[in-house]
Order: sequence, then structure tokens, then C-alpha cells
Amino acid sequence: MVQHLNGWLRRLPVWTVWLLGLIPLALLVWDTLQGNLGVDPVRDIEHRLGRTAIYFLLATLAVTPLLRLTRLNMMRFRQALGLICFTYALCHLAAWVVFDMAFLWAQMLKDVAKRPYLIFGMLAFVMLLALAVTSNRASIRRMGARWRQLHRLIYPAAILGALHWLWALKVWESRPVVVFCGILLLLLLRLRLITAAVRR
Amino acid sequence: MKLTWSDVTPEAAYLSRRAFIAAGIAAVATPALGLGGKPSAFSTDEKPNSLQEITNYNNFYEFGTGKTDPAQNSGSLKTSPWSVQIDGLVDRPGSYGVEDLVPEAALEERIYRLRCVEAWSMVIPWLGVPLSGVLDKAGVQSGAKFVAFETLHDPEQMPGQRSRIIDWPYREGLRLDEAMHPLTILATGLYGRVLPNQNGAPIRLVVPWKYGFKSIKSIVRITLTDKQPPTSWQMLQPSEYGFYANVNPQVDHPRWSQATERRIGSGLFGGRQDTLMFNGYGEQVAGLYTGMDLAKNY
Repeated sequence: MVQHLNGWLRRLPVWTVWLLGLIPLALLVWDTLQGNLGVDPVRDIEHRLGRTAIYFLLATLAVTPLLRLTRLNMMRFRQALGLICFTYALCHLAAWVVFDMAFLWAQMLKDVAKRPYLIFGMLAFVMLLALAVTSNRASIRRMGARWRQLHRLIYPAAILGALHWLWALKVWESRPVVVFCGILLLLLLRLRLITAAVRR
Repeated sequence: MKLTWSDVTPEAAYLSRRAFIAAGIAAVATPALGLGGKPSAFSTDEKPNSLQEITNYNNFYEFGTGKTDPAQNSGSLKTSPWSVQIDGLVDRPGSYGVEDLVPEAALEERIYRLRCVEAWSMVIPWLGVPLSGVLDKAGVQSGAKFVAFETLHDPEQMPGQRSRIIDWPYREGLRLDEAMHPLTILATGLYGRVLPNQNGAPIRLVVPWKYGFKSIKSIVRITLTDKQPPTSWQMLQPSEYGFYANVNPQVDHPRWSQATERRIGSGLFGGRQDTLMFNGYGEQVAGLYTGMDLAKNY
């Protein structure tokens, strides 16, 4: 069964993942142009982009545990998943700068320096940025072992991203709590000991 | 299928509110819902948000934490019959009907700015009466210093109360002089009609110089007391929400700035506007707080 799936996945071109990954963006653009976003489109755009970014971060993190636990091989798509996550994070940040804060740079700088949830979000973004610009083969070759070290930043980026979401809210809402737990679970699975135990 | 208030009224009718009321269509088009109110000198001449915006962007956690949850889930709230228990340090405690407290003939239209603690704002044409007159009806005793309010607690009607995000019932409070201030009203309507459920039907508080969460909705109890009453957001997170909660651009929420706000309805490129001290009502209310450190008493 898994072998069958893997054979099928091997034949699937990577651009199909990009195509699927950009559907949420296309829907958002559609909803915006159609006026489907409701009373406060700014907030909806910002939040939908942020949520989608973190969902793709989860998907990226899930690739390795999935391979170890089920032998399902999605490795070929991991780079695309990570870059789609970054694309949404970038759009989320841009929506904040342009629509929400309307280029009030002074207030933005003060806020980012002062507010934990913005510090977390911005740190997560900078980490994702570093991963995105080094996600090509040339960087892997040039950086060697340091590339692996650098790309472990995905773990703190995921935690900070989820905290950014949780901390921006006034009360504990279920969706970000579930996402945060999901990230913790995926991180736990990366500890080889635990995966080994589960497989046994 | 769930009907919302926007289904009841054609969009064109509420977009031109002034024409709508002037023509007296309200009573004809929606006889059961129509309400009128005397104009008030306290009203702003800023353009009110549309009924669509006011009724589909609500923080009313009793019906869910999403902004459209109250519009979707508040149909289960039964607003009639409804009574408000007035007790504590009053001469005439008891259970009062909404119509006794806020007679239709006494209604005033108060077009107020509303500033949410989440840094967005609206302009809303409320229909209501000054709270002071209501309290006078019950006879405030000389020992009373504060007024405490409670929202209905009934998870059957308020499904959001099944999750314990807040220690229900929702509670709010005012100092007696704040409660007696002529700007403070009990509202039973907006936009020339009975208050929609998602906006706090059948009777709610409106205190325009404080963050929106002070303006408690669907009130079932008003208690006059000599001690500062506990209030829901302060109970939940005292470092972030104080008893006073006056709109103040200089005192930030620990997690976000209060210096500017986004006016709902201004579109994608509407930008932000400066938040005004006491939400622009400083001339009327600053005197209530002379000598107080508002950074401490946030």
C-alpha cells in the first residue's frame, strides 16, 4: 500500500504541490475582489494568510516523521512545502504593513520592539527567510554540514509562530491551541528515541 | 436557514439612515422593530457605520469568539419577557421590566463613537436613555459608590457559555459618578429599531469614553454597592484590563499599542486614525478623573 503510494508520489511533479498550495491564496484574492470577506476585510486577509502559513509549516514538519513512521516518502515535496509556507508568511507580513498598519513605520518599529507576540512573529519570519534563501541546491553544496544546522531553525520558527498566534488573542481559542499541540507532537516525533519506540 | 437583520431590511434602506428616519419608513417597513428617538446634543456628526457592519462585527463571547459568531448564534436568545433585577443599596429593589426602565417615549438617539480595546472603532446610532434616570427610579442610597452589572447566564440560550473562557456570568462595573454621567446610557435599540440580539438585546450599557468591553450586554442585574465590584476582563487578566478601562492613547495594552485605531468600514486602504483621549469625550468626562494617575488606574 505505502509502496504503491510512494510509486505514485514519485511520478507526481513538484509543481502540482505549488499549484495546490496556492489555492488558498487564489481563494483569498477571489473573496477580496468579490467582497466576500465581511465587515473587516483587513483582519480577514491578515489572519487567513497567517493561518495558512502555519498550516504549511506543520505540513513541512510532518514530512520526516511521516517517512520514519509510515515509510511514506514526501521528501521530494518538502522544499516546496517550506517555500509555500514562507510565501504565506511574507504575504501575512505585507498585509500587516500595508493594510493594517498603513505604513506607520514609527508605530510598527515601536510595537515590534515592545510586544512579545510581534517579536515572536518577526523572529519566526526572519528564521523562515533565512531558510527560504538557502533552500536551493547551490546553498546546500556550499554550506555543507552548516546547512543542516541552519535548517534546524524550522523548529524554533514553528514554536514562535504558534506562540505569535496564541499571544495575539485575548482568550485561549481552540484552533491555535490545537496547532501548537500539533507542533509540539511533531517535534517530539523528531526525537529518534520516540520514533524508534513507536515503530517497535 | 438563519435570518439576520440584514435580511429583514433592504440594504438601500439602512444605507441612508437619515432619509430612512425622516421619511418615517421605519414604522411602515418593520412595524414590530421600529423605534424612534429624540436627537441629542451628545451625538457626533461623524458618519455612522452601516447596520450591516454594526450587526456583523461583534465581540459577544456568550455566542462565540469569532466576530460573526454573535450574528450567527444569537438567534437562540429569548429577549421577551425580560426583567432586570435591581438590588443592593437602593430604596426600591426589585425586578423591573425593560419597558419600565427604558420607556419607548423617553428614547433618545445617541450617535456615539465606539472604541474597542482591540484597536478598532465604529460609529453607532444608539437608542436609549441616561442610566442616571433609571438609577433614580430605583432610588440610590447615600452609601452607594459603585454600580455592578451582570449579563444573563444561560448556556442553553448562550452557547458560548459552554466553554469556560470567561468566569460566567459576564460582569462589569462603574463608579457611581461614571454611572450618573449624562453620556452613560442604557440602550434598547440602534438605527431606529429594536436592539438586535448580537448587539446585546434587549438592554445594554453604553459608556462611550471607555473601551467597548465595559458596555455590558443583555443585562439581567444591576447592583448598587459600596465596594468596587469585580469585572470580567479584570478577573481574567488584571495586568491587561483595569476597572476603569478609559480609552487612552498614551496607555498601551501590554500586548499592543492603543495610540491608533482602524475605523471599521474604511476599506482595504483606509489606514489608521489617531485614538483620542477618552475616545474624544474628554471635554465632558476628564473632570471625573482629576488627580488620578490614569497609567496606574488603567
